[in-house]
Amino acid sequence: MKAIVTVVGKDQKGIIAKVSNILFENSVNIIDISQTIMQDMFTMIMMIEFDSKDVSISDINDKLAVAEKEMGLSIHVQREEIFQSMHRI
Amino acid sequence: MINPFEIIETINMIDNENLDIRTITMGISLKSCADPDIDRVCEKVYNKITTYAKDLVKTGEDIEKQFGIPIINKRISVTPVATLVDALENPDIDKCVRIAKTLDKAAKAVGVNFIGGYSALVHKGFTNGERILIESIPQALSDTDIVCSSVNIGSTRAGINMDAVKRMGEIVKEAAELTKETQGFACAKLVVFCNAVEDNPFMAGAFLGEGEGECVINVGVSGPGVVKCALEKVKGADFGVVAETIKKTAFKITRMGQLVAQEASKRLGVPFGIVDLSLAPTPAVGDSVAYILEEMGLEKCGTHGTTAALALLNDAVKKGGVMASGYVGGLSGAFIPVSEDAGMIAAAECGALSLEKLEAMTCVCSVGLDMIAVPGDTTASTISAIIADEAAIGMINQKTTAVRIIPAPGLSEGDTVEFGGLLGTGPIMSVKPYSSEKFVSRGGRIPAPINSLKN
Repeated sequence: MKAIVTVVGKDQKGIIAKVSNILFENSVNIIDISQTIMQDMFTMIMMIEFDSKDVSISDINDKLAVAEKEMGLSIHVQREEIFQSMHRI
Repeated sequence: MINPFEIIETINMIDNENLDIRTITMGISLKSCADPDIDRVCEKVYNKITTYAKDLVKTGEDIEKQFGIPIINKRISVTPVATLVDALENPDIDKCVRIAKTLDKAAKAVGVNFIGGYSALVHKGFTNGERILIESIPQALSDTDIVCSSVNIGSTRAGINMDAVKRMGEIVKEAAELTKETQGFACAKLVVFCNAVEDNPFMAGAFLGEGEGECVINVGVSGPGVVKCALEKVKGADFGVVAETIKKTAFKITRMGQLVAQEASKRLGVPFGIVDLSLAPTPAVGDSVAYILEEMGLEKCGTHGTTAALALLNDAVKKGGVMASGYVGGLSGAFIPVSEDAGMIAAAECGALSLEKLEAMTCVCSVGLDMIAVPGDTTASTISAIIADEAAIGMINQKTTAVRIIPAPGLSEGDTVEFGGLLGTGPIMSVKPYSSEKFVSRGGRIPAPINSLKN
């Protein structure tokens, strides 16, 4: 299954390290990553792939919630279809 | 890779602008539950609902988690219960109320927050069962928590059943009196329709119509906050730009609805019916239809120009939404429930929004006089006359209109009713002090208008 992870927050050391480490620990593969500063906020968008037999989106969300809290970020994990369907015909 | 700006736009809509799926409503036909024996009816109804809808709430929650879009309500609509009452042996009010209680129990067992369809369609006349069901509505609504009722009293094709209009005014009053400790809460669960639609997923008026299948998934989207925020970016632009902006936003909102509807339908193994592209407000700040109208340049919702602004909004929502979904249906348009919309509440409180203006607005919005609290001493005939006025607008303009009015016992103009939750808070609005008694008492039917003769 593919999903999109978005990380938004104040730029600081170790955001990518922290998030990608959590994903690695949960057997999630990162297939694309982009980062930018949008409206003064660090914004990172990752496309991830994982086997839904091993881990679910809610599990990943729960695991990332730790980083979210620790580093004061806002992290979402959502299936990619939501973005595809909203912006593409 | 998907454009990061689009991803952030979607997340912003959900996190900051209150974009949500307002409801996934499962329509369940109860036609197979008809039986002369009331015990058998209740047993069949309970078993059917708890079987068909057993995974509805969980599926909704799973979709919510996976897609990251809030799905606020999971609900059930059923075949108008009058159909079951007609099949009963010696039907009476107690038996009707037993069916209502069964619906309540079944809905609670599967965890939905409302069940609609304690209904009768009497736009041309009453069957015996329909008559008894209508008589039982006040008791049924006061004895249950989450059962919603609706009665269709008119249509463009049939005209207006004025006997039903008269009785419904009295029923609304009785329902208010029976629930006077909760300020007439039962009336918030009772809708009187003209041109009721068969696939409406929104409460309190949802029921599964005669032409519908065994089981169906209908989805209602929402997002007044998203439209308001989009309009903030085009301040001062002309109406062409305003309409285009609303269309584009409505398209995006509806795409979410379509996605969720298809996913829910697939997971539950139930056919997808329609997406209802309505802008449904909630009392939450930033989730108001009135604020959209004010964003267009009106100082307060209800002032002169409000009807034009609402007409543009309602039309642009449909134009934007219709291409985003394969099947659009339900009520589709902008809702203007007073007590459920922070901007409407404020407008009514300061006197900018009156019942008369709301009536004009209902000519161009999706439904009608919705969640309006009036003084407790408003007479049944005045309520009937308000219903008749709304039904006339619906009948002539070939659109759905509805009245959900609460004559709050013991309260008068200047007071406030508080229902809490999605049903919100509303100031008591004034009604005309002059009588409509003799008009309402005439009875009979208002004939179908000339524009119904299309064949």
